[in-house]
Amino acid sequence: MSATTFGWLVLLFPLLGTLVIGFGFRVLPGRTAGWIGTAAIGLAFVASLGALIKLQGNAPAHRELTSSLWNYAVTVGIDAHVSILVDPLSVYMILVVTGISTMIHLYSVSYLEEDRGFARYFAYLNFFVFSMLLLVLAGNFLLLIVGWAFVGAASYLLISFWYRRTTATRAGIKAFVINVVGDVGLVLGTYFIFKHTGTLEFLAVFKAAPHVFHSGEADITAGCLLLLVGAAAKSAQIPLHTWLPDAMEGPTPVSALIHAATMVTAGVYLIARMHTLFELAPAAQDTGAVIGALTLLIAGTIALVQTDIKRVIAYSTMSQIGYMIMGVSVGAYAAGLFHLMTHAFFKALLFMGAGSIIGAMGGEQSLEKMGGFRKALPFTFACFMIGGLALSGIPPFSGFFSKDEILLVTAERGGWHWVLYAMGYLGAFLTAIYTFRMIFRAFYGDPVAEARELEGGHLYHAEVPTNPANGEVEDTDVGFPGPHHTVAERALPMRVAMSVLAVGAVGAGLVQVPGVDDVVVNFLRPTFATSPLYEPHTRDGLLIFGLCLGTVLGLSGIAIAYRIWVREPAIAVRARERFGAVYELLWHKWYFDEAIDLLVVRPAAAAGRFARDTFERVFVDGTLIGGTTGIVRAGSAAVRAVQSGFLRYYAALLLLGVGALGLYFLLQS
Amino acid sequence: MSIAWFLAVSAIVFALGAVGVIIRRNPLVVLLCLELMLNGGNLALIAFSRMWGNGDGQVLALIVMTVAACEVCIGLGMIVAIYRRRLPIDVDELRELQG
Repeated sequence: MSATTFGWLVLLFPLLGTLVIGFGFRVLPGRTAGWIGTAAIGLAFVASLGALIKLQGNAPAHRELTSSLWNYAVTVGIDAHVSILVDPLSVYMILVVTGISTMIHLYSVSYLEEDRGFARYFAYLNFFVFSMLLLVLAGNFLLLIVGWAFVGAASYLLISFWYRRTTATRAGIKAFVINVVGDVGLVLGTYFIFKHTGTLEFLAVFKAAPHVFHSGEADITAGCLLLLVGAAAKSAQIPLHTWLPDAMEGPTPVSALIHAATMVTAGVYLIARMHTLFELAPAAQDTGAVIGALTLLIAGTIALVQTDIKRVIAYSTMSQIGYMIMGVSVGAYAAGLFHLMTHAFFKALLFMGAGSIIGAMGGEQSLEKMGGFRKALPFTFACFMIGGLALSGIPPFSGFFSKDEILLVTAERGGWHWVLYAMGYLGAFLTAIYTFRMIFRAFYGDPVAEARELEGGHLYHAEVPTNPANGEVEDTDVGFPGPHHTVAERALPMRVAMSVLAVGAVGAGLVQVPGVDDVVVNFLRPTFATSPLYEPHTRDGLLIFGLCLGTVLGLSGIAIAYRIWVREPAIAVRARERFGAVYELLWHKWYFDEAIDLLVVRPAAAAGRFARDTFERVFVDGTLIGGTTGIVRAGSAAVRAVQSGFLRYYAALLLLGVGALGLYFLLQS
Repeated sequence: MSIAWFLAVSAIVFALGAVGVIIRRNPLVVLLCLELMLNGGNLALIAFSRMWGNGDGQVLALIVMTVAACEVCIGLGMIVAIYRRRLPIDVDELRELQG
């Protein structure tokens, strides 16, 4: 079998899983749906490995393979095939997506065991993975847009999975609407590119682009900026990021999936895939880099004060995706994608750990109520610690290598990129602080009642389940979380999944040690063969300096967190009182929701009301529709008056008419 | 004899019928007056036929008579039906078909 056949298989298995679970959910007993879902994604991972082996068998110049199943709409001026592109970049992405997703499926089998929507959950989850695989394997813009929109729809379904929670449905709608803004950007951007290149196929577009576009030309810049809007919406970059923290309303494994494997990485992939176009539009590249840098800083500061454990992790994702977007925008393609992989490992791990703690807390997510879980949840603690160290960039964990490499390439661009470099390291410092704030508050300190109960061998369950977001009382029927929570210590599938990811979080960084093995750089080279920015001209001094600086900042961040939240918790309270205004700003997430509400939502709603009250009611209903019916009614009233029903009257009219006609012809002749 | 006499008689008969149709309310009389109008037309046809010296007009008159017989059949049938339903025998009262 060729590499492209494996590519089609990668798409086939999750699709089959979706269909089997989606149509068979009534007859699948017990946990079967979960195992089918896990097996489908596992098989897709095996097929991805097959594609990898086959692809590596080709010479580097022949590692961009396309395969078309059928012609979707091929006519004059349009060449829309249902085709996939199997090249090092897409193979890299499907490996990450299927690998991480398999573990998340495995974790979910235990985590949602008692949920009444178990089979529905796995049907959605498989569909989500299928959509993402379609997105990364797409061989042309059309299929890319289809996958892109599917991902948005699947995220809506999963964020609103507990559909009887009003907070969850609202979060789902928010995510969907913001993602549609991104979809529009992607489609319009595609139009700008298609208009000049006249083809939708990726390889043909990239081949033609340098000939039809001049660098910095208006159309290519507009196209790339619009693509960037799409990337920012999917990857939760400022100012289209507000859906991501709200998306924490979904089940915890869904958060892991959105953050690690399937959704927010799509923007990074898009920019890396379109690198040929972005390199022709330096303005778009610079915008992307600035947006990424701003996002990583702003998200880092917000994460410092949030108390919902999942939201803290969500903001850390935003921040890390900010690094990746900045990286792929300044030309650090391999570094950005490498960070994408390492981040997938440790972020999925962190979410799984958070899921375990939330299970131990009986569904409660607030850090304020957690504490001292170190003894009660030893395995979760170990995994969370590994994830936290990797996120903070402590050597030799995976985040250490990838983050510094992005910043190194950024610095190599020189000029104002040094500002981005400094922002990146400031962000790394913040990352260490908020990550360990979370760890210290959840695992250190005096054990709370729930932790003590768990140490005594009993898992706490709330007497009356409530929604952690607003305290509303719930039941445990379908549409709400199930009656039974679980922790990793008590569920083998969860432990297996977390162990595998922990190994990845520790070791994944070693595949790309700068100057030593460079596996990722070498593997991805064929995709970026034409890019002048690809090969890093590593300045060894700067490299060593960056690695040392990253380590020092990470460790000092941890030390500060330790001092504030373990040694002297009073400091945090004093700081909050002292810097009340800053605290308020961060607590309200820089007022982004309020600003968007004021600048976009309210004017749009006001314009809608105005249009309804004046245009719709007065002009359309009153003038157009009322006018037409008025004319018809008046005309018919006049005609109706003639139809009196008097036979003699009709006869007289007939005679008069015939007489008049006769008279007319007599006079004419 | 000039053709004008024939046509004058025909016109008088036709006008009598038309006036009858318009002013009378008994459907039976209206039907009779319609007969008068048709026969006024027939008279004109036959007069013209004689004037031209061929039979075309007479053929046409025979057709009109056939049509008149059919029409009387249906008309009388309707009047009988109206009578059986105890509806008023008055064309002004029978006006359900008003718009």
